[in-house]
Amino acid sequence: MELNLTKAKEFYYQMLLIRRFEEKCIELYSKQKIGGFLHLYIGEEAIAVGVMNALSEDDAVLATYREHGQALARGISAKSIMAELFGKMEGCSRGRGGSMHLFDAKTRFYGGSAIVAGALPLAVGMALADKMQNKNRVTVCIFGDGAVAEGEFHESLNLAALWKLPILFVCENNRYAMGTALKLTESETEIYKKAASYKIHSKQVDGMSVIDVAKASKRAVEDIRENGEPIFLECLTYRFRAHSMFDAELYREKAEVKEWKEKGPLVVFEEKLKEMGLWSEIDVQEIENEIASVIDEAVEFAENGTLEPIKDLEKFVYSEVNHG
Amino acid sequence: MDNIITYREAVRESIRKAMQEDERVFLMGEDVGHYGGCFAVSKGLLDEFTDKRIIDTPLSESAFTGAGIGAAMNGMRPIVEIMTVNFSLLALDQIMNNAATLLYMSGGQFNVPLVIRMATGGGKQLGAQHSHSLEGWFAHIPGLKVLTPATVQDAYDMLTLALADPDPVLIFENSLLYNSKGSLDTKVTPLAIGKAQVYKEGKDITILTYGINLFKVLEAVESLEKEGIAVEVIDLRSLRPLDDETIMKSIKKTHKVIIVDEGWKSGSISAEIMARINEQAFYELDTPMARVCTVEVPLPFAKHLEDEALPHAKKIVDVVKKVMGVS
Repeated sequence: MELNLTKAKEFYYQMLLIRRFEEKCIELYSKQKIGGFLHLYIGEEAIAVGVMNALSEDDAVLATYREHGQALARGISAKSIMAELFGKMEGCSRGRGGSMHLFDAKTRFYGGSAIVAGALPLAVGMALADKMQNKNRVTVCIFGDGAVAEGEFHESLNLAALWKLPILFVCENNRYAMGTALKLTESETEIYKKAASYKIHSKQVDGMSVIDVAKASKRAVEDIRENGEPIFLECLTYRFRAHSMFDAELYREKAEVKEWKEKGPLVVFEEKLKEMGLWSEIDVQEIENEIASVIDEAVEFAENGTLEPIKDLEKFVYSEVNHG
Repeated sequence: MDNIITYREAVRESIRKAMQEDERVFLMGEDVGHYGGCFAVSKGLLDEFTDKRIIDTPLSESAFTGAGIGAAMNGMRPIVEIMTVNFSLLALDQIMNNAATLLYMSGGQFNVPLVIRMATGGGKQLGAQHSHSLEGWFAHIPGLKVLTPATVQDAYDMLTLALADPDPVLIFENSLLYNSKGSLDTKVTPLAIGKAQVYKEGKDITILTYGINLFKVLEAVESLEKEGIAVEVIDLRSLRPLDDETIMKSIKKTHKVIIVDEGWKSGSISAEIMARINEQAFYELDTPMARVCTVEVPLPFAKHLEDEALPHAKKIVDVVKKVMGVS
């Protein structure tokens, strides 16, 4: 994958949009405009942007409760995501899901799942359906390192490999399952090796480098489309913020956080673009201004959104069709 | 066209018909293919439909149930067979956190037209881990529909109804019923999901039941009728939704009711039904309601103990007489 100026601007814009969106969420959460849980993606932006770049419109995405970044990078509007966080009807899940459950049929974004590893079996089924219907589509399933400890991870990887299903598994290894380090919970901390043991082609990628993630994803998606078999990418990354807004971060040293911030995705990308001589062509202030207005509009849209009438509380427990 | 077949054959014929008529339908589960189904329900289907549509799975209840949900969301009409309800606990995350919630959480965007069939019930000396009757438990969950076919006709019809439904439907087949015989009319319009059936009319007392206990009730009714007690027997058929209308209508007629349920009493579907009767028909009752449930023990292996733990005809007779005030 060649990185030209247009693509460089696009990647920088998307990563910065996610960063600024998340920062706005912190502000709105402290003002109690956003309720519930809030899991921020700051530090991990390169993965969402790099992976989504490899997909076509027809492909499907399943993510976790830390999915604002993937949703934005997939093309769900900041407006409908923010409205969702405000619990408004104009939200991408009609205010029924919230931060952890963003859904969007238009971009084939199947959530936002808040049970760790709970979406992996769904990805198996989505891909199985594509295979049975002879649809040349890819299902991308994104999850964290915590998922690796769950049985559903192993059951799903086995099925994906056994049945030769077109799935791109993306593990965002940010080194902590909530507040417990991977090394305290796993006998094998090289996660990609676990996937390899199921005979899935797997690879470790620098999750702080959007270029590396984009390259690996593009190659993987092309291979999956060609061979119909699953691929597993372990993206090494780091969460700059706490697990959620309730986390006092007792489990990691400030020095470690600082060290990772110095190799954060925006920093690394800027350095790379400087090396390539592209950085001077990018007007950061212009991008900042554009993002600021997108976020302002999103917040205004969410503020002005509608609260679903109480009479509709029970709507969509079941489908609205007469099938008697 | 009426013919006498077994419950097992009725389920198999229903699966076969669905697969012939709709190429989106497939069957997936443990031992459904080469083994022919743990209870031989799917015997022969592998040869007819190939391993593309009759899919043997590893012992990964959570993954293949979740795969059923994913496939249902993506254009297919899967039938997932979980060998028995006991193992469904390993798939409970997928059933409860995904199948039941996705339509609602997505604001109506993604429905899950999935059918999950599983064998249920005790009575075969299989011990505490293989004898559960948890259908009432699943009926607690909004977003699911829970069906309990008792008759051969319903064994056939309910699968058809479930596959036509846009939302997840769980079908509980009591494993002791697979060899039972009954008549099947494939031309009759099935009684819809959520409709109970007045199996037998009577004026003195109503017995509400479902699944295999329908037959224990009928056995009890035979001896009660000899003593001049006319029992109205209602086969609930669907535990979620429950058919409140049919239940209350019968109580308005008989003014007395007992419930026979293989679940344990505490927090059971029978408790729920009593609560509804209390809410909707309290003043129609002449006497307090009563019920026959499984004794609150993990089911024992020893036959005499297990027989006594489960509902049986004599217990039903005794409870009816008590409610009727006769001895």
